[in-house]
Amino acid sequence: MTYRVGEAHSMGFQVFVPFSPWSWLLLLVALKCPEASSDLNESTNSTAQREPNVRFAAAGSEPDEKISVFALDYDYVQIPYEVTLWILLASLAKIGFHLYHRLPGLMPESCLLIIVGALVGAIIFGTDHKSPPVMDSSIYFLYLLPPIVLEGGYFMPTRPFFENIGSILWWAGLGALINAFGIGLSLYLICQIKAFGLSDVNLLQNLLFGSLISAVDPVAVLAVFEEARVNEPLYMMIFGEALLNDGISVVLYNILIAFTKMHKFEDIEPVDILAGCARFVIVGVGGVFFGVIFGFISAFITRFTQNISAIEPLIVFMFSYLSYLAAETLYLSGILAITACAVTMKKYVEENVSQTSYTTIKYFMKMLSSVSETLIFIFMGVSTVGKNHEWNWAFICFTLVFCQIWRAISVFALFYVSNQFRTFPFSIKDQCIIFYSGVRGAGSFSLAFLLPLSLFPRKKMFVTATLVVIYFTVFIQGITIGPLVRYLDVKKTNKKESINEELHIRLMDHLKAGIEDVCGHWSHYQVRDKFKKFDHRYLRKILTRKNQPKSSIVSLYKKLEMKQAIEMVETGILSTTAFSVPCQAQRIHRIKRLSPEDVESMRDILTRNMYQVRQRTLSYNKYNLKPQTSEKQAKEILIRRQNTLRESMRKGHSLPWGKPEDIGKKMFLPRRVGLIFRITHCASELFSLRPYPTNLTGTSGRRAGTKNIRYLSFPYGHPQPAGRDTRVAELTDNDSSDSELPSIMFKAHSRAGILQERRLTQEIIPMKSLPRGGKPSHFGYQRNTSQEEHDGRGRREALRPKPLFHAVDEEFESGEESGEETSAIRSRWSGEHRPTRQHHRSHSPLLQRK
Amino acid sequence: MGSLGSHAARIPDADSIRRETGFSQASLLRLYHRFRALDRNKKGYLSRMDLQQIGALAVNPLGERIIDSFFPDGNLRLDFPGFVRVLAHFRPIDDEDPGIRDPKEPEPLNSRMNKLRFAFQLYDLDRDGKISRHEMLQVLRLMVGVQVTEEQLESIADRTVQEADEDGDGAVSFLEFTKSLEKMDIEQKMSIRILK
Repeated sequence: MTYRVGEAHSMGFQVFVPFSPWSWLLLLVALKCPEASSDLNESTNSTAQREPNVRFAAAGSEPDEKISVFALDYDYVQIPYEVTLWILLASLAKIGFHLYHRLPGLMPESCLLIIVGALVGAIIFGTDHKSPPVMDSSIYFLYLLPPIVLEGGYFMPTRPFFENIGSILWWAGLGALINAFGIGLSLYLICQIKAFGLSDVNLLQNLLFGSLISAVDPVAVLAVFEEARVNEPLYMMIFGEALLNDGISVVLYNILIAFTKMHKFEDIEPVDILAGCARFVIVGVGGVFFGVIFGFISAFITRFTQNISAIEPLIVFMFSYLSYLAAETLYLSGILAITACAVTMKKYVEENVSQTSYTTIKYFMKMLSSVSETLIFIFMGVSTVGKNHEWNWAFICFTLVFCQIWRAISVFALFYVSNQFRTFPFSIKDQCIIFYSGVRGAGSFSLAFLLPLSLFPRKKMFVTATLVVIYFTVFIQGITIGPLVRYLDVKKTNKKESINEELHIRLMDHLKAGIEDVCGHWSHYQVRDKFKKFDHRYLRKILTRKNQPKSSIVSLYKKLEMKQAIEMVETGILSTTAFSVPCQAQRIHRIKRLSPEDVESMRDILTRNMYQVRQRTLSYNKYNLKPQTSEKQAKEILIRRQNTLRESMRKGHSLPWGKPEDIGKKMFLPRRVGLIFRITHCASELFSLRPYPTNLTGTSGRRAGTKNIRYLSFPYGHPQPAGRDTRVAELTDNDSSDSELPSIMFKAHSRAGILQERRLTQEIIPMKSLPRGGKPSHFGYQRNTSQEEHDGRGRREALRPKPLFHAVDEEFESGEESGEETSAIRSRWSGEHRPTRQHHRSHSPLLQRK
Repeated sequence: MGSLGSHAARIPDADSIRRETGFSQASLLRLYHRFRALDRNKKGYLSRMDLQQIGALAVNPLGERIIDSFFPDGNLRLDFPGFVRVLAHFRPIDDEDPGIRDPKEPEPLNSRMNKLRFAFQLYDLDRDGKISRHEMLQVLRLMVGVQVTEEQLESIADRTVQEADEDGDGAVSFLEFTKSLEKMDIEQKMSIRILK
């Protein structure tokens, strides 16, 4: 192709205009059937070639050459063009896959990728593509593999990994070796049987095949039983295996390839085998060493990037890649290097880099790895559909069988041994799940595909067998593992829970999680404690920026960026629309007794909206990054907590205890004390980040001053209750006097009353400020954040007291008399349908919630 | 674990604590280390502040309530026996036949009843032995995300109380609480594996 669009431009723009519609059409065609690219390629090649000539001939006399506008140099862009389209296709397929939300729970996403790959392969095969895409060794090892491994290492939950490192190394390391040699040797035995026609496959080739077929990719499965909540050690086993398995398989593969090459020329002596074993160790350890070094360097560099935060992600990626390349130049394991690099630097880098860089790194990493994997699966699809297969029933069937048998043997044998040393052994159920998670993936295929044909005359048969194993494990095991886990998981049996059970069980889960946190996580390794000390004393000082907040809460606050979070909660989450359906369903029945559907929908609301129990590790998904649930939840809880803390800080001044150790009590107490006065404080403090009240401890000297503030804000509410309702007056008095007592013991009645009152107070405010408040979205945020904001705007005076006590009256009646109870319920459900009742309830969807 | 054993003697009243809670020597020792680690200024007891420093507890919706449960009766200090006593509720129930136990002895802290009572107390703020509608609502507020409106919450609270309330007093007593959880495997739900 000699003519490019660029040249056309240079020739003059006016020429371009008349022909542009046609060229656009061509472009559209090109976009519409990208898969038929070969077809198009051919045709455009010919037309493009022909046309210019024709035009040139025709336009020989004319000065303007219009023809070049049509020049289409597809060859020039072919590879990136097709790759882009594949990735887009895979992305679109993923969107489709996730549109139906049940689907991801049913099968691993790799199924989808394989299907897409096979589709592309079929199209390429069907259109008889001239130059089908091929993956060669350098593309795979230099470009496609590193992102995948990096992603795994970076997203690995570090702490549980190191807590279980003994078992993981034992299982992942020895497991891979047992599988490789077991499968290799047993296949060699099969090959000895003359009837199968496999006698030309020698031992080394079989071993090599064993090593590549034992590279499992169980992470793909993790997403499937994410909801089933497998226990943490089990999870870490599967994750750790995925992480280390690739490395071990590749090292083994390379060594065996070297042996095979050697075998062509001379016999292998025992010395060589010993050398091979030594090399195996050196390659692994050396790789890890390189990775750690580079990890530290990159962590150290990110320490100084605060002014140029845009390059922070770059540093992370480049150093990881550099560690890989550096290890590879020395024939060390690049995979282990890049894993170790990611693990090492992650902790420090995350503390150093800015929030945006942190997010960028995460997403970019996911993106790169998913692009790599998509490409590998497409290569796989391309080589699936085609003529280059050698189908040998015996070899393929026995491969499948041996894969399962040896995995079972290695799982049960290795875990039997490691269970002897574990405080909390893996149950048989756990072992079954690990056995069943032996899904093969992109790694196995790539290694098989890259076998040098010169050394492996029967490469086609190996590739076919590998493909069969991959398809079998990904589709059959991948789809059935979810149900299997659920079946083995006894907890999930009784589905029909009452609301009580639902609530109490969740409470217990939270309680258990909380108590676990209090207990801490016991390491079985003294080494870990030592490292922690070392880390604290030296590494952290060297590698992370100074004046970082020390405490975990502070860094949590930092990471969560309170301001943004508060805004988010205030405006973002207000989509109560999603829940309007159950709500309306409730309204239709003017409830005397709730119908089963109502109960059902209530339970549904509960199940969907109760906070999930915190999970340390179980949120990893190979194909997606979803911080939403847990992080959003953490934000919400923190904001709530922040509010209570803040209140208590203010409150703390007015309470007459100054001993430092009492501060905790102070912090908690005010939440129980009626917080009517809270709303009189201004909102300016709201966003000031002050997670710790420690600096306020013992400032009893300031008590008098703050007390004044209290009384300054008092008159709005105080005079009226005295005249109106004795009960309320009593409450208010209680509240004021309580704060003077050095004890937190309250009478049950008064506290309950105050709480009710408090809530009602909160309920009123949005209504009163609604006319002026403008956007209703502000009020949907049902906590005192917005409420304080409203106060900050200073429209609280005079309006409040009256409805407040009106509301209190009514609430008390409805609370005490059961006859009123139902009407109260009804009024709550049908809140928006009662225009006649103009008091606070008519705005109940906007109620403030504490 | 050899090095752990040498510290065993340092735990005050180790034997009586063990008798009361049923923890193994190793667990008790671990808990003691944990206790010491939580105790920031080496006071010899834990304050509320110490527990609030646990990051994961800060994002636990029931964090404050859980901390509360460590400080019963308005205590401000939590000593080691108290700490262990609370945690003992979460010890897995032993496999051995409970019949072996001396009937005169009080029920062990990790019995089903005591586990339930512990959970119950998270609701029952005023310690009147009943979960009122209001207390239920408060817990719901803590545990449910902001998407759910107050009115939905209130009706859920009503419904929850109504569902469990058998004697019609508008509140859930401990007996009713246990009844509503009859079918649940509390022993497993409220046990932490590592607390052997």
